[in-house]
Amino acid sequence: MFRFFLRRLAVLIPTFIGVSIIAFAFIRILPGDPVMLMSGERVMSPERHQELTHLLGFDRPLWIQYVDYLGGVVTGDFGNSIVTKRPVLNDFLTLFPATLELSICAIIIAILIGVPLGILAAVKRGSWLDQSVMGFALVGYSMPIFWWGLLLIIFFSGVLQWTPVSGRISLLYYFPPVTGFMLIDSLLSGQEGAFTSAVSHLVLPTVVLATIPLAVIARQTRSAMLEVLGEDYVRTARAKGLPPRRVIGLHALRNALIPVITTIGLQVGVLLAGAILTETIFSWPGIGKWMVDSVFKRDYTVVQGGLLLIAGIIMIVNLIVDMLYGLVNPRIRH
Amino acid sequence: MKTKLTFAAALLAATMLSGAAGAKTFVYCSEGSPEGFDPGLYTAGTTFDAAAHTVYNRLLEFKPGTTETVPGLAESWEISDDGLQYTFKLRPGVKFQTTDFFTPTRDMNADDVIFSYERQLKSDNPWHQYVAGAAWEYFNGMGFPDLIDTIEKVDDMTVRFTLKQREAPFLANVAMPFASIVSKEYADKLEADGQMQMLNQQPVGTGAFEFVAYQQDAVIRYRAHEDYWNGKQPIDDLVFAITPDASVRYQKLKAGECHLMPYPNAADVEEMKADPNLKVMEQEGLNVAYLAYNTTQEPFDKVEVRKALNMAINKEAIVEAVFQGQATPAKNPIPPTMWSYNDAIEDDPYDPEAAKKMLEEAGVTDLSMKVWAMPVSRPYMLNARRAAELIQSDFREIGVNVEIVSYEWAEYLDRSKAKDRDGAVMLGWTGDNGDPDNFLHTLLGCDAVGGNNRAQWCNEEFDNLVTQAKQTSDQAERTKLYEEAQVVFKREAPWATLDHSLSVVPMRKEVEGFVQSPLGDFAFEGVDIVE
Amino acid sequence: MATTNTKDQNAAIGLEGGTLIATSRRARLAEFWYYFRQNRGAVIGLAVFVIIVAIAVLAPLIAPHGPSLQNRGAFLLPPVWEDGGRWEFVLGTDAVGRDILSRLIYGARFSLFIGVVVVSLAVTVGIFVGLMAGYFRGAVDTAVMRMMDIILAFPSLLLALVLVAILGPGLTNAMIAIALVQQPHYVRLTRAAVMAEKGRDYVTAARVAGAGNLRLMFKTILPNCTAPLIVQAALSFSTAILDAAALGFLGMGAQPPTPEWGTMLAEAREFILRAWWVVTFPGIAILVTVLAINLMGDGLRDALDPKLKRS
Repeated sequence: MFRFFLRRLAVLIPTFIGVSIIAFAFIRILPGDPVMLMSGERVMSPERHQELTHLLGFDRPLWIQYVDYLGGVVTGDFGNSIVTKRPVLNDFLTLFPATLELSICAIIIAILIGVPLGILAAVKRGSWLDQSVMGFALVGYSMPIFWWGLLLIIFFSGVLQWTPVSGRISLLYYFPPVTGFMLIDSLLSGQEGAFTSAVSHLVLPTVVLATIPLAVIARQTRSAMLEVLGEDYVRTARAKGLPPRRVIGLHALRNALIPVITTIGLQVGVLLAGAILTETIFSWPGIGKWMVDSVFKRDYTVVQGGLLLIAGIIMIVNLIVDMLYGLVNPRIRH
Repeated sequence: MKTKLTFAAALLAATMLSGAAGAKTFVYCSEGSPEGFDPGLYTAGTTFDAAAHTVYNRLLEFKPGTTETVPGLAESWEISDDGLQYTFKLRPGVKFQTTDFFTPTRDMNADDVIFSYERQLKSDNPWHQYVAGAAWEYFNGMGFPDLIDTIEKVDDMTVRFTLKQREAPFLANVAMPFASIVSKEYADKLEADGQMQMLNQQPVGTGAFEFVAYQQDAVIRYRAHEDYWNGKQPIDDLVFAITPDASVRYQKLKAGECHLMPYPNAADVEEMKADPNLKVMEQEGLNVAYLAYNTTQEPFDKVEVRKALNMAINKEAIVEAVFQGQATPAKNPIPPTMWSYNDAIEDDPYDPEAAKKMLEEAGVTDLSMKVWAMPVSRPYMLNARRAAELIQSDFREIGVNVEIVSYEWAEYLDRSKAKDRDGAVMLGWTGDNGDPDNFLHTLLGCDAVGGNNRAQWCNEEFDNLVTQAKQTSDQAERTKLYEEAQVVFKREAPWATLDHSLSVVPMRKEVEGFVQSPLGDFAFEGVDIVE
Repeated sequence: MATTNTKDQNAAIGLEGGTLIATSRRARLAEFWYYFRQNRGAVIGLAVFVIIVAIAVLAPLIAPHGPSLQNRGAFLLPPVWEDGGRWEFVLGTDAVGRDILSRLIYGARFSLFIGVVVVSLAVTVGIFVGLMAGYFRGAVDTAVMRMMDIILAFPSLLLALVLVAILGPGLTNAMIAIALVQQPHYVRLTRAAVMAEKGRDYVTAARVAGAGNLRLMFKTILPNCTAPLIVQAALSFSTAILDAAALGFLGMGAQPPTPEWGTMLAEAREFILRAWWVVTFPGIAILVTVLAINLMGDGLRDALDPKLKRS
């Protein structure tokens, strides 16, 4: 198992270096001189332009800039934002919990609803239940979530006025962030109503972000279940006269869950991509919105650092999923 | 809605302020996150609203609702006869804010003023690079490094600035946000603690509101400064609820979740005006959008050609299509809210027939030209492409063929400066300090040719007027000079002046005392909530 | 076991050449259609898709107004069944008085166009690179696969967003960016299929018969790897439409006044709480199109994947 881990890690490192080169190169070929953009309509003298270019280190040879950058990254220094002058890593760490909270809630919802629905559909294969579950799953899978979010806002915030339009918690509550997770912080604060407020802000974004993973998980669970139900050992168990619930619960489910775990792991990328849209719609102060804003502001260092950090997270999660998969399914190790 | 607000206030009192009964909280739904809290480091209005106009004061301040300067932290000042020395007498007994993170032991004095300027001026000051990439953009942009010779402490309460040349707008410049006075004592403490970057994160100033906390991209909280030199504020707490989406801001305003919002969607303004719970303030912004011909190139070197083209542009149509009416057509290069605006000038009439004839008389037929359209939305021109298309069809009427060109923003700014540039460039300007010099000399003076002067227009008569005005301290005299300069401008027509956008501020009915700033600031000093 | 049998048969036929291919193709098509027809959803999807294609092709004939025609005095009119709606504008008008129905009809052209361009780009490049990697293995393979790993390490939408920022916002660049982030899937699929097929008898037989590398790659191996590629193409057709709409929504895709559905949504956001119709209809158009294609994709997979055929 450990050798398997090392082998995966050996692949990961060159990939990460590749990712860093790509992120670095992207920013250099982005059109527009960042120094020029700093001054806007106000014209900058050529001397001043040169001075600032030098100050920001853009006048050094590219490879030196890159080596310097990579050296910084290894020690946790991703540079400072051109716009806010704050360290990129600081901003990332402040905003990431918001995205994490949203993503965790979404994936939990997706699993809690998606897995049972998939099992149900598989067991009742061909019934109206199966057909409607799969029908809904396909609709969810085809959903343009940015529109879905707007639709929910129109209905729940506009027409019914049940949920707030944006943000993480009502302005009435104020407490210093402890964990960065609003649900936990609001409970820790002990302020009455804070937790309810946090939940009401979280509901719509969670539903929107969970839509696609839920559909994928339901479909995947169903097909994995169907495959397992067709296997000999399940048939044998059935033939032995075991009660159907036991057959499904004990024998089939355990094996069917292996591919489902992989699917769930693969949803991390989907969640982060979804977070870009969801956070933009709900003004959710997470890294998805941060990246979109930075792209528009041409905040080069933030886009570069953000790409690298996000890719890093996805790679690590994929590694963990691989390891888990290796644990439950030893055949894959070789 | 009203009950909801009262309920909110009550809850706040119970939760936030631990017992301060009847505390008044004013919520401002701001349009974006501040870049930081040291106003010297940045150039964005959003940052100045959050840092400069709440926490800090300047030596001079702009009188609310005007572009005139009044005493701020300087009680009075003297200008030497040669116009080079400015001696500021500081206001005694001005207290810095006492916060959770800092307790001041002394009042504001000359050391604070000198520190505030020298950290931006001197590259050997330990605070000059206290955050990586600190460029002191505005300080440099206003030409201070080349202007200020020395800053001396005459005594504890007197500071003398010596300039290298006469510069009348200097007084307006020291009222600008970047010139905010920070606490030297606080800076020293941070330096000793090795926490220098906190100056940009937890500000301490002399202003009307003290900083409490900032949750990134979500909320900024302030408390009224108890010992504010200009009196404690009627509201107890000020909250900036960061809400980037204009329709969401409106939604929150309607629901009573905030009291005031900036930058509404033009499409929503009618409905806001009809809402009995809201009131709407409107004012021309301190900006202008223009189309600058290249006056050094044929046939635009001829005044008649420029005039003819100006007469062919239907400005009303641009205002309607681009701003849904939330702008006014411009006739002068400076906005109407600025002192010395010459209202006696008559705009060129919109008259395609006459324009066509003028062109023919000037011997110009079959003219093909480029019109440059910015790739980005700016306050003075929300949609340059759309405006360019309208100008294109206007010019077609008089037989002029237009090709619309555009570049990536940084490139656009760079290329449009070139002296041999082809065609007419659409661009604009947002005033920095409310001084006419900041428009007329900066954008149209001979020094700015090949730079800010996109028309490459160097007119001796005009340049003499604005240079003379720059070197005169007497405001009445300056006003006369600038009024005359506007007459020359209109006669010579280096630009087609397009529009001044309106700044529209919707707020709840119960908000009292908010004064709209022609500079586009959102400052809440003196604001109250009256149920 | 049915799988290997059919393939070997096909291969044998292919080797014997000429006359039999036509009939076998027709037979395969008939078989495919038989299985495809079993799936009711797929047939519905196909029907809807055909209708959408027809709408796109006939747009100038059926749209009541021009897509960019601004009707002064008809701003934000509601759909016909609401108070104040007019028959002239069945689904209402947007903020500058353009007929939403007409814009949706023209928008169908853009969405289908995006799908076709992105898939063709991604498939062509992906298959070529995948074939190379799978056939030659070694250093080429390693380099290609690392490159694909790198692309796949970024969330696709984020990568596309940054790419478009680099190339400049616009429909063409959005399509290029989306094609680029999609092609690793084709590379991986093709490579895996090639590696599986390479060792089979019919390939060896062809090689012994003197077929060159190119012929082996494109004529002998590729035709036997098409099934998963077709399924993937259907899936990425719908993903392409969704991603392009998302980029348009973020302001980085097609630029206004192009009647692309995502861009329409972005423009409509301002009016979300005032005029539900400008937000609702473009989204429904995207959803219906993507749904139809995904239904077809499911049908294709069931019909082409023999393993599922059995069960």
